[in-house]
Amino acid sequence: MSLATVDVNEAQIAALGDPITGPSAFSGDFMRFWHLTFNIAKTQWKMRFFGSVLGYFWQLMRPLLLFGVLLVFWTVVAQINKAVPGPPGKYYAVQLLGAIVLFTFFQEATQGAVRAVVDSETLVRKIHFPRLAIPLASVMVALFNLVLNLVIELGFAVAMGVTPMWSWFQLPIIVAILVVLTTGVSMILSSLFVYFRDIQPIWEVVCQVLFYASPVLVPAILVQQHLNNPTLMKLYMLNPIAMLLEQFKHAVINHAVSGAAYYGGYGWVAISMVIVVVLLGLGYVIFSRMAPYVAENI
Amino acid sequence: MAEDLTDRELAVLVRDVSKTFVVPEEQRHTLKERMLHPRKKVNSRTFEALKDISFGVHKGEFFGIAGRNGSGKSTLLKCIAGIYRAQGQIYRVGSISTMIELGVGFNMDLAARDNVLLNGIMLGLSPKEARRQYDEVIDFAELHDFQDLKVKNYSSGMLVRLAFSTAIQVNADVMLVDEILAVGDANFQQKCFDVFNDMRDRGKTIVFVTHDMSALVKFCHRATLLEMGEMVCIGDPQEVADNYLELNFGRTPTGDSKDPDATQRPGDGDARVLEVWVEDETGERKEAVPQESRITLRVRVLFNVQVEHPAVSVYILNDEHKAVSVLNTQIWIEKTGVFEPGEEATFSFTFDNVLAPGRYSPMINLAHRGTGLDTMDQFDSSSTFVVSAVRPTGGLVDLLVDAGVTRGAPQLPAANPVKELNA
Repeated sequence: MSLATVDVNEAQIAALGDPITGPSAFSGDFMRFWHLTFNIAKTQWKMRFFGSVLGYFWQLMRPLLLFGVLLVFWTVVAQINKAVPGPPGKYYAVQLLGAIVLFTFFQEATQGAVRAVVDSETLVRKIHFPRLAIPLASVMVALFNLVLNLVIELGFAVAMGVTPMWSWFQLPIIVAILVVLTTGVSMILSSLFVYFRDIQPIWEVVCQVLFYASPVLVPAILVQQHLNNPTLMKLYMLNPIAMLLEQFKHAVINHAVSGAAYYGGYGWVAISMVIVVVLLGLGYVIFSRMAPYVAENI
Repeated sequence: MAEDLTDRELAVLVRDVSKTFVVPEEQRHTLKERMLHPRKKVNSRTFEALKDISFGVHKGEFFGIAGRNGSGKSTLLKCIAGIYRAQGQIYRVGSISTMIELGVGFNMDLAARDNVLLNGIMLGLSPKEARRQYDEVIDFAELHDFQDLKVKNYSSGMLVRLAFSTAIQVNADVMLVDEILAVGDANFQQKCFDVFNDMRDRGKTIVFVTHDMSALVKFCHRATLLEMGEMVCIGDPQEVADNYLELNFGRTPTGDSKDPDATQRPGDGDARVLEVWVEDETGERKEAVPQESRITLRVRVLFNVQVEHPAVSVYILNDEHKAVSVLNTQIWIEKTGVFEPGEEATFSFTFDNVLAPGRYSPMINLAHRGTGLDTMDQFDSSSTFVVSAVRPTGGLVDLLVDAGVTRGAPQLPAANPVKELNA
């Protein structure tokens, strides 16, 4: 028995097409990728509150409970709503709930994505599929929740006296930019977590900092009064989350609230959006570099 | 036996593929560890799981990959599947489906339906296809009455059936299968075999990793054997199976080990056994010989004094140290000759190897002419040989048998008629 190597000529090899390159972040077959991500997300979403009596309502209860606590503290105890006189201070409760809902999405998606790839170890080691589906499914689960929560938020806004406006059509754009940002960050985090397991606690702390560094509780106008420095204020608004939250409050709840472009003009908005795009690109590059080797490094 | 498909187009081509894993001696998974010792080099060694593997699988071929644990066969399959990135080139034609482990990604808290659909999509089906094939999957798994039950409440047999049915629904051109044939009860196993036979008949290309040599011989057109990440041989499954069994039983203490010191051995020492070995038909020394071949056992002896007509008996001991057979020169050659001091001689025994598969050690008794009790040397060889066979039957020997069936009562020979009692 001879140990024959394969006897093939170049023409035969050419007929075989390109050699495979191992696992990829994204297979190139968009429909397959979409179906996979969507179905993983759907299953996870079904699973998450499976068996609890209130079912999906828990999903709504979490931000609502946080909202209740914060609302009582900031309006009754700290009376922050009184600190913003005139029209910008109107509908503070609606603004607070909206900001919490949007920030919760970012937090939930990124914190879910951190562990996602490592937690899907058995899948990653045994099945060939586009790896990116895993962190993106985490983002999608959070997006399902966000949509439900936004329905509640809009209902609450109307109940509190906000009249529906044409500028509500900005909402999908705001959400889309937020999703892009979240996706980029999620890709970075989930690939780093394969190599550095302490990314998870670190990221939890970073999220806490971001929560207070964004105009969730404290309206941006109060931050501006406090900082009393236009440059610092522009830097504060460079945070894409801050920009999106302010634009959300401006477009959806109260036109009197200063929008995204109020503090630094459209140039600074553009820089902030560039940050979002760069994070997305960076996330994709890092994840793509990690994807071929993830099965052996978990 | 297996038809030759090697002139067909290639479906999978593996060219000079190697795979190296870096195995860190200590896992450093936290930033803190890296920050505290940024310059400390992580001690790691590389482990070559695959070395320069090259082979082609042709369209419609059933290709087997055999090998012992840790030989790299699953790694190779994962490289072909695209789960690992390997050095070298791997070409694939057509859609691919992998069955590396059954039930991967099954969610215990979901009902069969959700699991089957999600798993189908993970394996590459579109949601529409997955839904269309669902009934077929459930029917094949024989779980129609249990499809709304959460799979955590399934018995392990039910789970395995569901997993197998889910895995085979993907109608890919190339299937990569890792050791999952032996699942379920006898009835279901038969169904699985039928599925694989059916796939083979439909011209699917299947790459199949296994330990089970009877399945290898039964299903595969061609096969290869891996050992320590290298290809040992490629070709006829039967030969691969024989090689596998040789690897599995051979390579343990063999010629290198010290035979007991001659002076410690029983006997008067007028002659000493130097070595014992087994040869195959071509006269090549072997540690493993296939069953049903003609083999020769040779004993080399050195005479220290003049000896007339010595008798050599070989006890072929199995691994329970029972003599399966005793070969004695006195049966065949009464007068073996007169040997002078310092002369060497080799005694040979050639026989049809009907020994059951397993390990054997020859024990030699060298005696003066006569009863065989007047021992010159007793040599309990530490070198052993292995008999390889595809089918272990469980007996001590596997006789060469012509089996037959004849209908009706046995025909009695005319010369010996039944005695009529009344006559």
